Amino acid sequence: MSTRTVVTGIGVTAPNGLGTDHWWSATCGGKNGIARITRFDPSAYPAKLAGQVPGFQAEQHLSSRLLPQTDRVTRLSLVAADWALADAGITPADLPDFDMGVMTASSAGGFEFGQGELRNLWARGAGHVSAYQSFAWFYAVNSGQISIRHGMKGPSGVVVSEGAGGLDAIAQARRQIRKGTPLIVTGAVDASICPWGWVGQLATGKLSTSDDPTGAYLPFDRDAAGYVPGEGGAILITEDGEAARARGARVYGEIAGYGATMDPRPGSGREPGLRAAITLALADAALDPAQVDVVFADGAADPAADRTEAEAITAVFGQRAVPVTVPKTMTGRLYSGSGPLDLAAALLAIRDGVIPPTVHIDPCRDYALDLVITAARPATLRTALVLARGAGGFNSAMVVRATH
Amino acid sequence: MNRRRVVITGIEVIAPGGVGKDRFWDLLSNGRTATRGITFFDPSPFRSQVAAEADFDPYAHGLTPQEIRRMDRAAQFAVVAARTAVADSGLSLDALDPYRVAVAVGSAVGATMGLDQEYRVVSDGGRLDLVDHTYAPPHLYNHMVPSSFATEVAWAVGAQGPSTVVSTGCTSGIDSVGYAAELIREGSADVVVAGSSDAPISPITMACFDAIKATTPRHDEPERASRPFDATRNGFVLGEGAAFFVLEELEAARARGTHVYAEIAGYATRSNAYHMTGLRPDGAEMAEAIRIALDEARLNAGEVDYVNAHGSGTKQNDRHETAAVKRSLGEHAYRTPMSSIKSMVGHSLGAIGSIEIAASALAMEHDVVPPTANLHRPDPECDLDYVPITAREQRTDAVLTVGSGFGGFQSAMVLAAPWRSPR
Repeated sequence: MSTRTVVTGIGVTAPNGLGTDHWWSATCGGKNGIARITRFDPSAYPAKLAGQVPGFQAEQHLSSRLLPQTDRVTRLSLVAADWALADAGITPADLPDFDMGVMTASSAGGFEFGQGELRNLWARGAGHVSAYQSFAWFYAVNSGQISIRHGMKGPSGVVVSEGAGGLDAIAQARRQIRKGTPLIVTGAVDASICPWGWVGQLATGKLSTSDDPTGAYLPFDRDAAGYVPGEGGAILITEDGEAARARGARVYGEIAGYGATMDPRPGSGREPGLRAAITLALADAALDPAQVDVVFADGAADPAADRTEAEAITAVFGQRAVPVTVPKTMTGRLYSGSGPLDLAAALLAIRDGVIPPTVHIDPCRDYALDLVITAARPATLRTALVLARGAGGFNSAMVVRATH
Repeated sequence: MNRRRVVITGIEVIAPGGVGKDRFWDLLSNGRTATRGITFFDPSPFRSQVAAEADFDPYAHGLTPQEIRRMDRAAQFAVVAARTAVADSGLSLDALDPYRVAVAVGSAVGATMGLDQEYRVVSDGGRLDLVDHTYAPPHLYNHMVPSSFATEVAWAVGAQGPSTVVSTGCTSGIDSVGYAAELIREGSADVVVAGSSDAPISPITMACFDAIKATTPRHDEPERASRPFDATRNGFVLGEGAAFFVLEELEAARARGTHVYAEIAGYATRSNAYHMTGLRPDGAEMAEAIRIALDEARLNAGEVDYVNAHGSGTKQNDRHETAAVKRSLGEHAYRTPMSSIKSMVGHSLGAIGSIEIAASALAMEHDVVPPTANLHRPDPECDLDYVPITAREQRTDAVLTVGSGFGGFQSAMVLAAPWRSPR
């Protein structure tokens, strides 16, 4: 198992910045991407804020042939994948087609596309449903479309584990690289900010109903009262470490460790699974807790879930022993997109020696976390831990490490 | 280092024609079909009006009223099949470290039936663009994000290891089990409860397949509607169901002296990178997946005793797949029986791959190859031995099962008798 998996390309579509550079400077500068929903009128709904990707003009990036057959989530994914490949200096046509695969995650597929066709079915009749409905809404769509766009015939797939899925997809990418495929496009983008998707998310009862964009999503704050959903995420290029070195690629860092667990069934009285996921990821990376320089936390902004996460972090690292941050306070929770976006942030944090902040929060002291609040904190970083949880008990933890 | 070998020690199938693996095998081995005119809703607005529906009573399988309310039909299939597969394995999961027990659930379209029904309500029959949240049930989000299926299965069996839903269209059912086998092989889990489930027989699914003429319009003889490889076939018959397995490491299974159905000896998936629904006729990518799966299984093409086909019953698929098998097995393709159980149980999208793994394992168990029903006049371009009409008794120690799906996914799995000596 000596093959290392490294990240050589990053493509970002995020509510506080379109494109990696815009997003990263916004993130280090504490720029908020949460605002009142503009894509439909949210007045009638109890929650009205979201993190919407600004200024995305799909027709500037994708052919007119692709637009009628793609949901917004697929358009964002295709563009993020294009940017990630360009960032990695990869021209797919120059590589053997079976040497490239695509492993992404999804939570809700092309939900807005599905909304349109359900409306066509029930309002207008069966004959009005689009021929593209057979694939444009389903969960596998992004991996399929990325593989087609770039002629990638290697192992491809999609995992769905809600908010944890993005890290699970990256773990799947590493698995395929270890089995011999040199390059895997991975990560996740999610987007379901449409009335039908909004009603689905409201049903959880976990959305913040605050109208204040700076006070609605407050993980680890005494006033935590739910989360704000967002759209977007990150697509990453992962490669076999030797192959990347051989082609002289710029390397952001290594996927050094991963662990995933499920919480026990409710009412079992057993410990939640997050601590075990962290322990597994550190063991997989052969690291002691003291070697971790920063934790990108999940930050559910639900008091019980925040306590669970704080307890898991302090159980492994000790009280206030490692800097912790939740940059998704600037984007909202992007479902499967959050884990890869946080992983991208962790890699750039290592590169630039800076921890992006958790904005807007006043940390609850009981949690005993060293939260990086208000402004970015300079720090020498070699190793970062990224945590992602999914509704329904999914816990994933991933360690990234500098390779230089 | 000796590589960890993965075996199937528990199986359960929920399929059209009868719940339970024994009824399932009875249907297949007798060549009966379970396709019929749609009864779940009025099919008259649709071009295709036949389906393979499962007669499934969730109460009879121990689900509580609250579980039935919160779970989509596909989640209900998954939980019942997973529990029964665990019972079949004889494993006491409570005695294991729960973090070493993983869950992998394949599904192509998740809770599509529940979503279709709930959309109709919150939109008041499609009239409201700003759909009404006050009519949404609390479990709507579980329908929206099908990772809820993995949660339900994990809670039902007490698993706390890595758990996820694998959603790769119509290869989901092979890919979820292939993924599960990799978890054991790499040491991330000791036991995986793996399988897949789909319950897509809903107006929205019928309408979308109507729009691309993928499903058959043959209503006059619904029981003869699914005709893979036949010259008269004109599309697939939508089905539903689930199959689940208990996967374990071979030595652990031997140590506890349990029955082993088959070894998951090889698996691979590749993509055609060509079209979301179209297939190139040469089958090159499926052939590559087969080649790699055989290589992983350390099996020569000539050692394959039976090919369990994707055999959906579209002209495009049947020719693509025939080409892929010839390309990968060479002359042996002509000597190897290859059949499609979709002729009997329809095409249950993400579930069928697991149901076909179950059929393959049971073929090894019984040394009987299930037939392709309704195959009377083969397409001249499909010139392999498709085992028409009648099951065939033969020694079956190594089976290749393949799948092909929207999105371009092409998957292959090799099941082998673990007692066979590796080459």
